[in-house]
Amino acid sequence: MAVQAVTQQKLALTGNEAVAMAMKQINPDVVAAYPITPQTDIVQYFSTFVADGKVKTEFVTVESEHSAMSACVGSCAAGARTMTATSSQGLALMWEMLYIAAGFRLPIVMPVVNRALSAPINIHCDHSDSMGARDSGWIQLYSENAQEAYDNTIQAVRIAEHADVRLPVMVCQDGFVISHSLMNLEVLPDEAVASFVGEFAPRYPLLDAEHPVTYGALALQDSYFEARRQIADAMSRAPAVILEVGKEYGRLSGREYGFFEAHRLEDAEVAVVAIGSAAGSAKAVADSLRGQGIKAGVLKVRVFRPWPWREIGDALGSARVVGVMDRADGLSNLGGPLFGDIRSALYDRTRRPLVVDYIYGLGGRDVSLEDIEGVFRDLLRIKDEGRVTEPVTYLGVRE
Amino acid sequence: MNKEPGPDRILGWKEMPTGAVITQAGNATRYQTGDWRSLRPEWSQEKCIQCLLCWVFCPDGAIIVKDGKIAEFDFEHCKGCGICAQECPPKVKAIKMVPEEEVTEVK
Ligand code: SF4
Ligand code: SF4
Repeated sequence: MAVQAVTQQKLALTGNEAVAMAMKQINPDVVAAYPITPQTDIVQYFSTFVADGKVKTEFVTVESEHSAMSACVGSCAAGARTMTATSSQGLALMWEMLYIAAGFRLPIVMPVVNRALSAPINIHCDHSDSMGARDSGWIQLYSENAQEAYDNTIQAVRIAEHADVRLPVMVCQDGFVISHSLMNLEVLPDEAVASFVGEFAPRYPLLDAEHPVTYGALALQDSYFEARRQIADAMSRAPAVILEVGKEYGRLSGREYGFFEAHRLEDAEVAVVAIGSAAGSAKAVADSLRGQGIKAGVLKVRVFRPWPWREIGDALGSARVVGVMDRADGLSNLGGPLFGDIRSALYDRTRRPLVVDYIYGLGGRDVSLEDIEGVFRDLLRIKDEGRVTEPVTYLGVRE
Repeated sequence: MNKEPGPDRILGWKEMPTGAVITQAGNATRYQTGDWRSLRPEWSQEKCIQCLLCWVFCPDGAIIVKDGKIAEFDFEHCKGCGICAQECPPKVKAIKMVPEEEVTEVK
């Protein structure tokens, strides 16, 4: 049956309100969550929906994020469509359970409002929290604005629960920059979201007493490797599902989603790669540089896990110099996590661009249009010099 | 080919249930936990007074009772913990734990 386009409502919402709205429309069976800045609004708005009877969700209040994710693991294994949300230290406290959610192949959907990790303590945006969880077996979608946070949250349910995937999904948005900024967005009718996400069809639900199963059995040298290999296989099937769901969502809403957005990249000589809200600024800078005859382009990453390395290689392969903007430092002496993955995606190409990294915006440090223009100018200089002398630059930090 | 999974056929990643879930109830009986035993209970039928205390306490159900009497030990599942020997009444001491390498009989 063809999906029909629907009339959408135009609203002004913050990123957190948009995600809470998406959760209300998804109407999950269980939400177990703990408040943490800057995610608190999501859980707070959602608990209002629960109190007002707008959703049928069982809302589980817990004493920590470790408990929140534990409750989500139990509820999803029982057979309930399950969601939570967190940020920063909260995500860090969930660590142990993140791997178990993925290992049990539980399609939990979790909005993550990106915030720096302590120490020193800070409540503002960077990507250290979710980037640290990039190898946990969770799919990661990143959002540039409230609209994308809303759209990604709805699509995440379908991606996570797809029979070929069965992996949990993080839907990331920048703390405060997106989560607390009021933006115009289009919101689907409740029924359209309900029919888009459909009914949850759990696999091996613990509450199916006719087919009893054991979750969490010991798997030693003879079986652990096979179980982990299977997660890698699920991750390798996820890209096709992400594209299929993105297309179907496009037919419904008029907003189609892929792995990334390629902004003026076809003939770009210098390209910036960014994740989240900074990508919007980078696109504006590229447009203004184009006006000056500079062939500038931007690649905005939406899907970071699974890593669409082939497609990213194709999109960036013809650039001369690529500047990666990392809002998290790997503290490895070789830049941030995005840098490593971008360079790796380009490595096997016969002709590959020079790639450099810019660590920026840690702890919510503002990144201005001038900063990003400076990055492009730096890339032009590297293009002229034809070599990289300094692979990693810290952008906008006082000496 | 499609033999039931067990000690002689463990699953490859393509056939393993997702999430490493175990879908067959009670299949632990086919898992030979006796493999890791370093001490083996040696039971003397002559000394035994058939009080069945060892059978009650064995955590692995490795002591087989037939017609209300201890018949044999299941060495595929006995892990050699020694609880049976400990629980056997001190005046009886019908079970002795001996190092596996000293046991000549191969299971
Ligand atoms: S040694 Fe332990 S496992 Fe073996 S029969 Fe005795 S009590 Fe059972
Ligand atoms: S505890 Fe000792 S005496 Fe009692 S049944 Fe077992 S072996 Fe025999």
